[in-house]
Amino acid sequence: MDAPLVGFLVGLIAATLRVATPLLFATLGELYSERSGVLNLGIEGIMFLGAFAGFAAAARAEAAGWDAYLWIGLLVAALAGILMGLLMALLTVTLGLNQHVSGLGVTLLCTGLSLFGFRLVFGESAVLPRITPFATVNPLPGVPVLGTILDQHLLTYVAFSVLVPLGAWVLYRTHFGLNLRAVGENPEAADAAGIPVFRVRTIALTAGSALMAIGGAFLSLAQLGAFTPGIIAGRGWVCIALVIFARWDPVRALLGAVLFGGVFALQLRLQAQGVQLPYELLLALPYLITIAALAVAGRNAPYPGAYLKPYRRE
Amino acid sequence: MTDANEAMLVCMRGIWKQFGPVIANQGVDFDLKPGEIHALLGENGAGKSTLMRILYGLYRADAGSIAVGGAEVAIHSPRDAIALGIGMVTQHFALVPPLSVAENIILGQERGLRLDLRTAEGKVASAAKRFGLSVDPRARVRDLSVGQRQRVEILKVLHRNARVLILDEPTAVLTPQEIEQLFETLLRLKTEGVSVVFISHKLHEVMRITDRVTVMRAGKVVGTTATHQMSPSELARMMVGQTIVGVSKPPRTGQGSVVLKLEDVWANDDKGVPILKGVSLEVNTGEILGIAGVAGNGQTALSEVLEGTRPSTRGRMWVCGKDITNASPDQVMQAGVGRVPEDRHESVIDEMTVAENMAIEHIDEFSRFGLLRHAQIRQHAERLIAEYQIKARPNDRVRTLSGGNMQKVILARVLERNPRAIVVSQPTRGLDISATEYVHGKLLEQRQKGAAVLLISEDLDEILKLADRVAVIYNGKIISVMPAEEANPERLGLLMAGVH
Repeated sequence: MDAPLVGFLVGLIAATLRVATPLLFATLGELYSERSGVLNLGIEGIMFLGAFAGFAAAARAEAAGWDAYLWIGLLVAALAGILMGLLMALLTVTLGLNQHVSGLGVTLLCTGLSLFGFRLVFGESAVLPRITPFATVNPLPGVPVLGTILDQHLLTYVAFSVLVPLGAWVLYRTHFGLNLRAVGENPEAADAAGIPVFRVRTIALTAGSALMAIGGAFLSLAQLGAFTPGIIAGRGWVCIALVIFARWDPVRALLGAVLFGGVFALQLRLQAQGVQLPYELLLALPYLITIAALAVAGRNAPYPGAYLKPYRRE
Repeated sequence: MTDANEAMLVCMRGIWKQFGPVIANQGVDFDLKPGEIHALLGENGAGKSTLMRILYGLYRADAGSIAVGGAEVAIHSPRDAIALGIGMVTQHFALVPPLSVAENIILGQERGLRLDLRTAEGKVASAAKRFGLSVDPRARVRDLSVGQRQRVEILKVLHRNARVLILDEPTAVLTPQEIEQLFETLLRLKTEGVSVVFISHKLHEVMRITDRVTVMRAGKVVGTTATHQMSPSELARMMVGQTIVGVSKPPRTGQGSVVLKLEDVWANDDKGVPILKGVSLEVNTGEILGIAGVAGNGQTALSEVLEGTRPSTRGRMWVCGKDITNASPDQVMQAGVGRVPEDRHESVIDEMTVAENMAIEHIDEFSRFGLLRHAQIRQHAERLIAEYQIKARPNDRVRTLSGGNMQKVILARVLERNPRAIVVSQPTRGLDISATEYVHGKLLEQRQKGAAVLLISEDLDEILKLADRVAVIYNGKIISVMPAEEANPERLGLLMAGVH
């Protein structure tokens, strides 16, 4: 292979992993919610709120001269996600309201809160506020190919090598995972077996929302070092589709995130190379691929049995 | 001397339970001895299931007391009941289909973080062997038959060290062979000291395997006796409150003319495999033609083809000379065919009201300029409810009706149109004695009125009781047609097995 092509491919793979990271966090978060029987359409807003809350906290902490400002930002983002997860659980689990309406409501609330909060914290300034983002870690500096591919953020390593195996292990190899699957499939049976259905669903929603918020914060704290209104750009909705594509399995979720991330990274590179295609088409490419993948993989999708159904005791 | 009650494992005293205006249990007493099989016998709606659901903590009694092992207890949830050694297998199984058998059985039982499926599977396999409940612990529940699922439910109860096993109408969903297996298991459990409560309305099953029987009627206990001291007819009388006068078939009046005719009809199942292979039939006015057969020999397809919900691939069908081959359900209905389908829940819309369901097949007659005429729909329903003695109000959702009343709604809807031909599938499946008698009476009434009735039933007694002629379906073909006088269970049984 000639050098430019190798360079292109290596850059593509590295970018794919980077783009896939926030998607992986959020997709796993959504996957856990849905496995418990709750569709969390708050995902888009919760990612947005995570991106904002993380950035705002980090910016303030950085200005105050704290070294761990990025980790503080990440923590604040996770807390914001937990809060929204609890709100979502209150609406859909405790009160048993319609999951679509509740989720869209949470997304609207988060979007408004973040934009309003941004004004409050940073005022109206002509320059976009910036922070120094997370640096990448590179286990093999200077090594060709692998050195470039593995030059990633710590959170990327966490997502791919910790979160996915851990997520699968919890789901399939722990009692909590068994309870979670039972609650999402047949809450009546789970309740009769003595499983606290409401608590399991609340935990799943809360933990899932924290992951979504961290996914959003990755964009502002690691990838951009800034917060913009278009920062999420529908990634939350893509994750909803990825969960179906993944057939509610954490390992398949990784494949889905890489597929989407790959197409996204590819179109960026094609744009940069000046390919003779309208850039609008290239921008739409990842979303078109999502729809196509969904149409193929989503057929006979094994939706959790209690998907979208609030549980009520007789 | 010890108190007599102390010898009892379970003592329920003065149990009251009311659902809205209905009193399901009115001061019911019930005793269960250790190691006995105790039948709870009664018609649908007599209050048997309610009483046992109270014992299992699914309902809470309005009044009354429960003692287990001599000590008074409060049972607020199935969890409490399980802790007291009481387990129940309800008619709707509480299983999680995508999980494995072992996972279902240990669900909610084990503590700790890690899930040890190997050990659980081993335990389940040995318990399955011990009680004669053959089932693979690693199989997914969704791949199991109804009979196998029931075994999983029983194993689940036993896994929780139950001393009391409550079975709600356990044989309703089983094949004769599975019923035999279940009975063997129950007898084995009895020798292990487990008490079984067997809720049923089937007299011959109660006679066969139970030690004692408590008969309930209209929310009250009629009596409790040793089963062997009773005859089936005595039990039936206790259950119904009067001697059952079974409807009987009056003689036919004259030779009828052909109403419904099928000629070499073929049809495929959902996978495209032929399921009907050249069925030819004639049903005459004032005649009931019974189709006997073992389940799965094409009965369902035959009724669907006649109803217009499954296309035929070959052959022709007529009603009163009018060709209805592959006509739409609406056209079939217009041609004068009334249909009582096999699955009641598929012929009514559960979430809609009784009145709406009664009007829905002819909604154009109840609307003007596309707007529904509610007063008319309601009056129509009130008339039918009175005429067919349906225990429901026009605005009740059909979902809330008992099986018998649901079937009456369907019958009323069909029969009020005075159909010339009626296609009836499994009309009394799951119904109690009085509802069954009612349905039989109505079908005979239609026959007297001159309708041609095609009765598809897996219940041989029903066929022998009602039919004027009996056809046997086997492997998608009608292999024999005979006058009722020549039909008997032995002869039909052989034909149904394909021996001829």
